[in-house]
Amino acid sequence: MPYIANTPDDRRKMLQSVGAPGVADLFDQIPSDVRFSSELDLPQAMSEIELRRHFANLANANTSGQQAACFIGAGIYDHYIPSTVPAVVGRSEFYTSYTPYQPEISQGTLQSIFEFQSLICRLTGLEVANASLYDGATALAEAALMASSITRRSQWLVSNCVNPAYRETLATYSWASEYELVEVGQSGVVTDIAELEKSIGDDTACVLIQNPNFFGSIEDIAKIKAAAQAKGALLVVSFDPISLGLMKTPGELGADIAVGEGQSLGLSMAFGGPLLGLFACKQQYMRQMPGRIVGATSDAEGKLAYVLTLQTREQHIRREKATSNICTNQGLCALAATVYLSTLGRSGLRRVAELCVEKSHYLADRIADLDGYKVLSGAPFFKEFVIKCPAPIAEINARLIENGLIGGLDLGKQYPEFADCMLLCVTEKRSRDEMDALVEGLRR
Amino acid sequence: MSVDQTIFEYSSPGRVGVALPESDVSSAGAGELLGSDNLRDDLPLPEVNQVDVIRHFTKLSLANYSVDRGFYPLGSCTMKYNPKINEELASLPGFSELHPYQDESQAQGTLAAMYATQEYIKAITGFDAVTLQPAAGAQGEFTAMMVFKKHHEKTGQGHRHIVIVPDSSHGTNPATAARCGYGIKKTPSGPDGRVDLDALKEALNDEVAAVMLTNPNTLGLFESQIAEICAMVHDAGALIYCDGANMNAVMGWYRPGDSGFDAMHLNLHKTFSTPHGGGGPGSGPVAVKGFLAPYLPVPNVNKQGERYFLDYGSRDSIGRVHGYYGNIAIVLRACVYILSQGGDGLKNVSENAVLNANYLMSKLSDAYEVPHNTRCMHEFVASASKQKELGVKALDIAKRLIDFGYHPPTIYFPLIVPEALMIEPTETESIETLDSFIEAMLTIAREAETDPDILHSAPHNTPVRRLDEATAARKPVLQYNPEG
Repeated sequence: MPYIANTPDDRRKMLQSVGAPGVADLFDQIPSDVRFSSELDLPQAMSEIELRRHFANLANANTSGQQAACFIGAGIYDHYIPSTVPAVVGRSEFYTSYTPYQPEISQGTLQSIFEFQSLICRLTGLEVANASLYDGATALAEAALMASSITRRSQWLVSNCVNPAYRETLATYSWASEYELVEVGQSGVVTDIAELEKSIGDDTACVLIQNPNFFGSIEDIAKIKAAAQAKGALLVVSFDPISLGLMKTPGELGADIAVGEGQSLGLSMAFGGPLLGLFACKQQYMRQMPGRIVGATSDAEGKLAYVLTLQTREQHIRREKATSNICTNQGLCALAATVYLSTLGRSGLRRVAELCVEKSHYLADRIADLDGYKVLSGAPFFKEFVIKCPAPIAEINARLIENGLIGGLDLGKQYPEFADCMLLCVTEKRSRDEMDALVEGLRR
Repeated sequence: MSVDQTIFEYSSPGRVGVALPESDVSSAGAGELLGSDNLRDDLPLPEVNQVDVIRHFTKLSLANYSVDRGFYPLGSCTMKYNPKINEELASLPGFSELHPYQDESQAQGTLAAMYATQEYIKAITGFDAVTLQPAAGAQGEFTAMMVFKKHHEKTGQGHRHIVIVPDSSHGTNPATAARCGYGIKKTPSGPDGRVDLDALKEALNDEVAAVMLTNPNTLGLFESQIAEICAMVHDAGALIYCDGANMNAVMGWYRPGDSGFDAMHLNLHKTFSTPHGGGGPGSGPVAVKGFLAPYLPVPNVNKQGERYFLDYGSRDSIGRVHGYYGNIAIVLRACVYILSQGGDGLKNVSENAVLNANYLMSKLSDAYEVPHNTRCMHEFVASASKQKELGVKALDIAKRLIDFGYHPPTIYFPLIVPEALMIEPTETESIETLDSFIEAMLTIAREAETDPDILHSAPHNTPVRRLDEATAARKPVLQYNPEG
């Protein structure tokens, strides 16, 4: 038993000290009528050699981004992860510690979260950020809950151009918390602003927008902000952190709360988790924020130090009156994002964003020239765009994977009006050769 | 090791930490393509070269205490050793470079591991159906309470609006129930530290939707009357939920599903050895009885013949609680762990966890008061009440333990024990480690009598000393400001 040190001899010694004849006596508190008396129905224990073989076989049963060029996005992205990220995140001083309850021996975690918060503020142009939430979908739901508690209004207005999985998560949370979720339609590949303006009412707590939206297109946030503000509703913007290497910040665009999926910042796709919920807001809403927050202070000798703060918002103090039931953050994922942003820095993140824009437009232009295909994304787009295809998407994708290409998302499942349409994504990792191969694959 | 600089202070214009390629396509520039109205003016990120990035975060790491460095008896958190093979196998590129929307035929390996883990959890807990979607324990609780709410709605019991939690519960329990729109009723614990059956009976009525119970409870005691409790709750038409934070005590000895619970969550980062990551990512799968299965989040992993698929079938589902399918890389680690142990191995885990805790308790209960000094399960709660009379608080004892090279226990929880020190050694610690810790605790008890000031001023050799937490909360500084 490699993870248990007690030898039979140790056990005897310890039982003697405890005053129990055998280990079974320690389980006396479990009455016989509820005690489990058979054997757990699990496979035989495996050695490391057997585990390695078993899991290598499973991993090989997948067709991963190692074997094929990934052109699918829709919320999870195949961005490049610099070697610094796994080097730092793989340090067990970070990954085998826990929530920094004892700040004197947790300054590593605390300072890195403080730096994370600082980086997210700078990225989003907002004044405060928390230590992260589970993922982009739940961060959006937490933002809506927070908007309702700030405005004391109960309706959440969400654009249909927000990631469908996020909207499904919002629907779950709104039902549980007994708020009303209203969806606003799209016009082409952007939010129908006229419909949105009509839908905002006196009970609208927030307008929830994604920018760039699910289709990759840039929304007219200024107009949406004006409409929300006119009715006293808060503006919540879900952003792609990579796009903020170039694009106007949620803060500049008037967002009251900005949330996003941080997976692009140094986390692998990992079949969709673990992820990283980014959450920032205006200063005035600081005390309504969910989740952990780290602040700077000084120690008994006046030295700068970091600590979990504003804890009177949280469940372990406020219990049922807490701003959220969330306990921990996504600590290690936030660390990965901190290392990612530190490594790329000002010029690196801008470069990644530029490559996304330039390459995706190159691919869109090439596809537009193909017979039978049409690019539906008219508005400016960042790294994703919609194409109309001459055949069912499943058929096309089955053909592409034979050539080592993972094709785009079949939009028809979520958007009936986009039947036979594909959402394609191009990150900085895609080479011209891969894109040309995709074009050839589509042509056939 | 103390760290005096933030990453921002390494910055100098023109530095970068990684080389990126030039564009290999001919298109207009990104700025032109997006339109100048859509561009930000400045990107105030630091500019740091690679060696400084690595040195900075290496220095930070050395300011952390961790399981790999030493004993971490943080009660309720199950800080067991995190096996290295879990990390390595879950990070295989075949798993890590898989997109969640790839066709199921391209993800059969991951889906098989997810399906297997669902089956293992059913076997370990005695329930009939499992969702892997919740990203953490608190979200597992939330998912289970939504499942209950949906069930009540569907069965004409939607008027039930109260959730009962014992006064010894985790703070997430009432916070979660409140988020589901429920009112909270708190019931007192009995003199033996367990649920007071009379008080519970009194609290139950047809307004009660559910009872949330941790078993073993937060005092490290098994709720011996659990079968009666569950029957009582069901007789009142309510459901009962098991907070599975303490599952490490009872694997192979007790399955909550067998004793009448309707649902539970597991913390894979506690019982199943996945790392705590400085506070996440965790994973909080939920297991339920068959009659609740239709309400679980979608999608779930299912199997048809030899083909695994994502099952969106249930029309009564509460919906999604996560953008995708949960923290899959964490689920993979737990899957490796369960297979490394097998059924006998997991039973052995719980036996040694309970033995280690009882051994510690037996050696410490003279010097420290242990309010419920019978047998404990995987953890016990001592009290610094004796030391308090000498002017020494649980906090001082915790800080002094740091001087001796240990992470302190959980303090001031559960709330029903004054000056609580909640100690959970886990099964992975050797008798030598436990003996050294006992020695430190006894020394500290003596110091409380002879030299209390050394406790008040502890810790002494840490990167920073005790912090001014009041100012941190009163005048929050939440991001780096170059002006100071």
